[in-house]
Amino acid sequence: METAIKTSTIKDKLIFEFETSKLFLFGDTQIRDQAMESFYKQGIPTRNHEEYKYTPISSILKGEFDLSTSKNCNDEQIEPLKFLKEAYNVIIENGIFVEGLSNLENLPKGVTICSLVNAATSNSAVFEKHYAQYADIKTDPFIALNTAMTKDGVFIHIAKNVVIEKPIHIIHIATAFENTIIHPRNLIVVDENAQVKIVESYQTVDSKAKTFSNALTEIVVDNHAIVDHYKIQDENACLPERKELGYLMNTTQVIQKKQSVFSTHTFTLSGALVRNNLTIVLDDEHIESHLNGLYITSGNQVVDNHTVVDHRKPNCNSNELYKGIIDGKSTATFNGKIFVRKDAQKTNAFQSNKNILLSEDGTINTKPQLEIYADDVKCSHGTSTGKLDQEKIFYLQARGIGLTNAKKLLMHAFASEVVNTVKIEALRDYIEGKIAKTFE
Amino acid sequence: MLSIKNLHASIDGKEILRGINLEIKAGEVHAIMGPNGSGKSTLSAVLAGRSEYEVTEGEIIYNGINLLELEAEDRAREGIFLAFQYPIEIPGVSNINFLKTAIGEIRAYKGLEPLAAKEFLTLMKEKQKLVEIDKALISRSINEGFSGGEKKRNEIFQMAMLEPKLSILDETDSGLDIDALRIVANGVNKLKSKDNATIVITHYQRLLDYIIPDVVHVLYNGKIVKTGPKELALELEEKGYDFIKEVEEVEA
Repeated sequence: METAIKTSTIKDKLIFEFETSKLFLFGDTQIRDQAMESFYKQGIPTRNHEEYKYTPISSILKGEFDLSTSKNCNDEQIEPLKFLKEAYNVIIENGIFVEGLSNLENLPKGVTICSLVNAATSNSAVFEKHYAQYADIKTDPFIALNTAMTKDGVFIHIAKNVVIEKPIHIIHIATAFENTIIHPRNLIVVDENAQVKIVESYQTVDSKAKTFSNALTEIVVDNHAIVDHYKIQDENACLPERKELGYLMNTTQVIQKKQSVFSTHTFTLSGALVRNNLTIVLDDEHIESHLNGLYITSGNQVVDNHTVVDHRKPNCNSNELYKGIIDGKSTATFNGKIFVRKDAQKTNAFQSNKNILLSEDGTINTKPQLEIYADDVKCSHGTSTGKLDQEKIFYLQARGIGLTNAKKLLMHAFASEVVNTVKIEALRDYIEGKIAKTFE
Repeated sequence: MLSIKNLHASIDGKEILRGINLEIKAGEVHAIMGPNGSGKSTLSAVLAGRSEYEVTEGEIIYNGINLLELEAEDRAREGIFLAFQYPIEIPGVSNINFLKTAIGEIRAYKGLEPLAAKEFLTLMKEKQKLVEIDKALISRSINEGFSGGEKKRNEIFQMAMLEPKLSILDETDSGLDIDALRIVANGVNKLKSKDNATIVITHYQRLLDYIIPDVVHVLYNGKIVKTGPKELALELEEKGYDFIKEVEEVEA
């Protein structure tokens, strides 16, 4: 039996695992069956797939991944990952919520944080209403796969009018003896007029083998709610010599309601392959959305940011800024779609993608796509890719600053436009420290 | 302090400087005047170490060192300061961080201990008053959104902070109204000492009413064609550069 599995394709392995384990997974089996069927139809995307042209996922998953069990971390290994001193920490280890390692004491009234399994089995009405309602299994094979196979993750609910001051830090840890695929899933529901800051960090710890995380987060932002969302993707930061063992497929699906504000910030600092699919649906009027991103790549890294901003109703604003610094033989891709539907008059939608290419062998693919079906809108997009400005370098040198430091100053300056959008001071300091390290 | 002999320099294969000779001693102020395209800015760029310019002949000796062998940053560390004609805007790098880094590297080069944060701030405050620059400007990114006058004032502020031995002011007066010109000139004068020297590059004579030169040179067609006392500047202003051109053509 075992040999038979090892020689089959990753797709077969996943289907086999699904069939043998689905009865033990939480929630509605029907949803899972439909999702698996959809995954079966779509398969693992190859580079012929328009949306995965620059993300060689199929070749990474080819034969290299067995679906073995993963190992666990101890307190000492996890403590340094709780880098926000003032935060509610949620530990998700290999896709499983670990209550014992999380810090969820003294949660304010109206705030629920528990495992998805818990939310599903306790018949939470909020869970029932929102779970698997937004990320569409038909649009992407990894959404389908996650929906079929997820074992757990975190469920967060902020009740109406509740303002939670301390950020909630979801710490995703991957750790493996053998090459593993995991499917963490989060559902975050922020009710009317509530406010919350959510930080998600992704790291591979103490591993000898590769982990492919197919992570999915759905976020519901109800009327008048304000949500500040951060993703810190630094998969290899904790591995010796920053060994490239972490592979991350990260889907974030957001739905916004009337007069809500959602800001998201994606920092990608390491990881052999990181693919972000971020979709924001502006489903009512007077909504504000901010999308900020910074990727700093080197070595053979592949980082691909796909974003979709879907303006469905009038009088909304969206603003998107992604910046990248590309070194070595790494490849970075930015693909930003903006839809302005027929009803979405008086839309303001702006997008900008700027890149610095430090090496001859690095590659940047940038593709803005605007589809506008309304006639009274203000939309703009712009991309630029260049080297560090020689005039600026000379100006700094003329004041006694050496070439290395001059370049570092300019890279910091370039990154700072995105870093400065971080509203949590401790997080901004942490990111600045991390960036300084990557420039060493 | 500075000795330039038979300096020839070109850019993209085009010769701009065609044999410059210049001697500057500590404590002196030299003005270099000349029409557009005469090579004034090229001379300052070559002194500061811009790599696009190729020196094809001649030498520059600065305090006993062969300047042409030094990278731009090492020239600055040795005490050469170029006040840019067109200061660059660098969004995202604060003036404070910039100067802290610069002073740190200059001190390390000289084998000096780094300045303590408090000493640095005291120095900033002192120099900021000296050159009359607004505190709010200093806390911003380098020259970002500054007016022309503010940029020039920031150059002089940087000069005050770095305490160079040889300062080259490249058309520092261009685009300045009379009030701004006075403030900038005042700053330069306050920084003058018997140990340092200044080269003032200008097209017009007006700046020299405020920064009084010891010697005036006229640069034309890549060569110094006339050298004289400060009155030469007035004569030039009166007669215009055509007078030099005629002299040059007759001699040729």
